[in-house]
Amino acid sequence: MNGPLQPASDLPSGPARGASAAFDLRSLGRPRSVRGRDLRERLIVGSLAVAATFSIAVTFGIVIVLANETLGFFRFDEVSVTEFFTGTEWNPLLGAEKHFGIWPLVAGTLLVTVIAASFALPLGLVSAIYLSEYASPRVRSTLKPALEILAGIPTVVYGFFALMVITPALQKLNPALADVAGGAFVFGNYNALSAGLAMGIMILPIVCSLSEDALRAVPRGLRDGAFALGGTRFDVSVKVVVPAALSGIVAAFLLAISRAIGETMIVALAAGGVAQITANPAAEVQTMTAYMVQIFLGDAPAGGVEYKSSYAVAATLFVITLLLTMLGQYILRRFREEYD
Amino acid sequence: MTRDPMQPDATATTSASATPSAKAPALRVDASHSGAHSGSHSGSHSAATTTAIKVRAFSSWYGSFQALKSLDLDIPAQQVTAFIGPSGCGKSTFLRWINRMNDTIPSARAEGTLELHGMNLLGKGVDVVELRRNVGMVFQKPNPFPKSIYDNVAFGPRLHKNYSRAELDQLVEQSLRQASIWNEVKDRLHASALGLSGGQQQRLCIARAIAVGPEVLLMDEPCSALDPKSTLAIEELIETLADRYTIVIVTHNMQQAARVSDLTAFFYEGALIETGATEKMFTTPKNKQTEDYVTGRFG
Repeated sequence: MNGPLQPASDLPSGPARGASAAFDLRSLGRPRSVRGRDLRERLIVGSLAVAATFSIAVTFGIVIVLANETLGFFRFDEVSVTEFFTGTEWNPLLGAEKHFGIWPLVAGTLLVTVIAASFALPLGLVSAIYLSEYASPRVRSTLKPALEILAGIPTVVYGFFALMVITPALQKLNPALADVAGGAFVFGNYNALSAGLAMGIMILPIVCSLSEDALRAVPRGLRDGAFALGGTRFDVSVKVVVPAALSGIVAAFLLAISRAIGETMIVALAAGGVAQITANPAAEVQTMTAYMVQIFLGDAPAGGVEYKSSYAVAATLFVITLLLTMLGQYILRRFREEYD
Repeated sequence: MTRDPMQPDATATTSASATPSAKAPALRVDASHSGAHSGSHSGSHSAATTTAIKVRAFSSWYGSFQALKSLDLDIPAQQVTAFIGPSGCGKSTFLRWINRMNDTIPSARAEGTLELHGMNLLGKGVDVVELRRNVGMVFQKPNPFPKSIYDNVAFGPRLHKNYSRAELDQLVEQSLRQASIWNEVKDRLHASALGLSGGQQQRLCIARAIAVGPEVLLMDEPCSALDPKSTLAIEELIETLADRYTIVIVTHNMQQAARVSDLTAFFYEGALIETGATEKMFTTPKNKQTEDYVTGRFG
């Protein structure tokens, strides 16, 4: 910034040549316009501010639209706020009397997410420990990018995979399950387990990659200290490194769970369309996101109560993921150990 | 970049007060201290020093770079041995061979003899876990685990044996007492160790190393990250610990070597230039390089 200013004082008198034998470095180059520089700075600052304002404005715009449409939904006569938050029946499209109780959709989302999490969180953490503490640099430098590529696969592919590979595989168990509990655990073409497993595969790279970052951020000195006390590699990993990285690991878990809760294509394709409260992994369930897809794909006339109901569901989903994100941020800040 | 604190003053102000006061009094203190400690006028301390660690023709490499060149050394039991020398001379490398911490560096390898009480430390068959129970280590930067003070000290013992609550309480207290930090932490044993000052953290790390019951304590520049007052506390601690433990300390601080050690070994460019009683090394070194280094003429 102030580099060009210093030689400027010499310039009017011209380069002093010949007077001394030493070559004057400051005689090189042509002067740059001060006014042009100031104008350029102002332009850059202006365009940065516009870009920043735009992205924030869009976010707020979405929230406002969501809130507005949700209020519109609650103005319909068929809808009561109490029923929405406490009701256990959700049948906006079928049946003589429409019910708008959010819990079946929340339960469906929860079931699929729990299946995905109980598969992906332990496996992801174990892989992260392997990559960070055991793998040779060469293995790590191959596996880590491969994992990150996995994270870039479009989720519709995972949905396909669930429908075409996981569900048929699960159905091979049906003969054995037919006699259990009156056939309640027989897998149909749509079921929560298949969608949950596919979703687990989807969030696995997120869990693994972020947990590995957290583990690698633990200072080497702590590992040295534990090794020097006679700890084995496993002692060091499990008793020192993982506890020291716990806040980062929990934050990774929460981020992955938020992704799972908001995931749409997999559940729309593989989990089915029956909104019901159940813990049976073989059952067909509808999640909040899958319901929205159903509505916006044309099952309901625009502007009607069913149409507007998806905004209320979207707002609920938004609040849940927002709370999870905030919890993640809080844990990361509150429990992070300060190493210098 | 060299970190030796003595070097700049000593070379810059040859006749100024800094040089004589840096050398002479330190040596006198050392002479009286090491006299009380070993050899000359005492019969209280174990008279004939036994060799704890025997080193013969010991060389080591990182990849193709030879870090240590055919070292021969006897490290006496229950005395303080100081390794001095300029940065990069191999003293820390050698220290990390004694408890096999170099195992974590894939390209590191060694040849020659390195024995602890006749037991070969270099073979493939060495039980590294058992070795490290016998040879504790304190690092340059205090590295307490992000756990409570109590759990830091109990960490090592719990790895190796099962203790009752009462036994563990006793072990933790004894270790903290030996490391002269019990009085400062006894009321907050279950508070995080990261809340302690740097000097306290380092004494906690010493307590943690003591708790597994080692015979040898390796200290890799244990005071280089500490202020003078904390440094003094650690040095006093080292003197008391020398009654029980064989201590090997790497230091860049020549006065520190003079104050705390019985024996000094001078390393230069991977070779062991001279070894001897600390008193002799600092007053009448045989080797010109040693003399130049201890008087601060190079470093």
